[in-house]
Amino acid sequence: MNFWDCGVDLDGKSGKICVDIRGMSKWFGSFRVLNNIDIAVSAGEKVVICGPSGSGKSTLIRCMNSLEQFQSGSVTVCGVALEQDGTNAAVQRRVGMVFQQFNLFPHLTVLENCTLALRLVLKLNADEAEARAREYLSRVRILEQANKYPADISGGQQQRVAIARALAMEPELMLFDEPTSALDPEVVHEVLETMTDLAATGMTMICVTHEMGFARQIADRVVFMDEGAILEVAPPPEFFGSPQNERCRVFLSRILN
Amino acid sequence: MTDFLAVIVGDFYARMLVLLLSATQWTIYLSLTAFVGGGLIGLAMTLLRIAPVKWARLFSAAYIWTFQSVPLLMLLFLIGLGMPAFFKVNVPPWAAATTALTLFTSAYMSEVWRGAIQSVPAGQWEAGRVLGLTFAQSLRYVVSPQAIKIAIPPTVGFMVQIIKGTSLAYIIDFNDLMRWGKKIGNSQLDGAEPFVVFPIVAAIYFLLCYPLTVLSRRLERRSGGEKLMVAAKGVNVGG
Repeated sequence: MNFWDCGVDLDGKSGKICVDIRGMSKWFGSFRVLNNIDIAVSAGEKVVICGPSGSGKSTLIRCMNSLEQFQSGSVTVCGVALEQDGTNAAVQRRVGMVFQQFNLFPHLTVLENCTLALRLVLKLNADEAEARAREYLSRVRILEQANKYPADISGGQQQRVAIARALAMEPELMLFDEPTSALDPEVVHEVLETMTDLAATGMTMICVTHEMGFARQIADRVVFMDEGAILEVAPPPEFFGSPQNERCRVFLSRILN
Repeated sequence: MTDFLAVIVGDFYARMLVLLLSATQWTIYLSLTAFVGGGLIGLAMTLLRIAPVKWARLFSAAYIWTFQSVPLLMLLFLIGLGMPAFFKVNVPPWAAATTALTLFTSAYMSEVWRGAIQSVPAGQWEAGRVLGLTFAQSLRYVVSPQAIKIAIPPTVGFMVQIIKGTSLAYIIDFNDLMRWGKKIGNSQLDGAEPFVVFPIVAAIYFLLCYPLTVLSRRLERRSGGEKLMVAAKGVNVGG
């Protein structure tokens, strides 16, 4: 199944393709972790990817920003065609990523976490970098923690800092790799709210998550993956209402009950 | 100094102590040279070992395995005795001693530092990469500051191994504390029996090493209790 025949209405979207993956496969040694993946995501679209653990969802989004290499097919992200078996720094500048484990820099303050790449990569001067970092920290409503170290704030706050850090680079696409899975249940909502706010700004987002309420609320399409293959792609009402794939049905009945 | 010591321990032992202490100087110089030289080469090897270039990693690995697998005594023999005999070159004992200890130190140091760098969670490198940082920038601004904190206690601890290692250099006639202790112990003078001299030599080594051991332990305890470690636990597995 691919994007072109899943009949999604793209009204209101720019129609510009942000991610275009065709016939892509990836092996770890002789084990095929991604199997003939076809998916296209338009600019401004929000896609949620779900599936059982080990299904290849994280690996798929890590291929989109060149953190993982693929061995066959083609991957084009933000107009950059990624090479098979290569790494591409240009695409990493255009794509922001938020990790399950936050991966904040523990030796830097919240503010410094956000300004580091602004200064080193975008070559902003200290004042510009700080002003921009503060702007994004206030957008995720955590500016008051700017001078604290990551270890001194809660997990939910850390993840919001990670989101601000990625957004401050002003990426064209944001990838979220199970952003709430490592959080205490009571702070999951604050991260989801931040992501919902972000969705409202028109950012292109691809999120690997099991938060089905969030998927229903913001996703344009939900993708189900299992054993390295995309088995179902549909807008939330169809996806949750009448999933076509048997394994997807089983997965949803387990996760929703 | 001799006169002052003579008042306390008598003329004979005062002279012996001054001899031993002046020999200790050379032990200290040799240790420092090996530490600085070995540290610099070790740093270069560490960088090659983690570089994203295959031949660099292989070269560094071969270097480290070689000098970690050869006993220090063997290195001293090869450089101090083997090279002069085989290549008909003159190798002064100090040159042979510093070279052998520097090679030995560099191999161990780079293993310690590589370990420190690798104990920084992979997610830190990935976070740097997805922000567009180059490998060198990630190393310099993200990974090194964390790795250095981890590496300091074992590095200071390893200085103890260097100091003790210098004692082997007596075998190629390097005039360090060990060699003078042995000379005096062999001198047949009354009051300079090996069982009198060697405990004094041992005590001097102890005085050199013990403060470093204490310092290393203290640093370990401090870095163990720091928030760095707490935070590092939170970022254990990437992806």
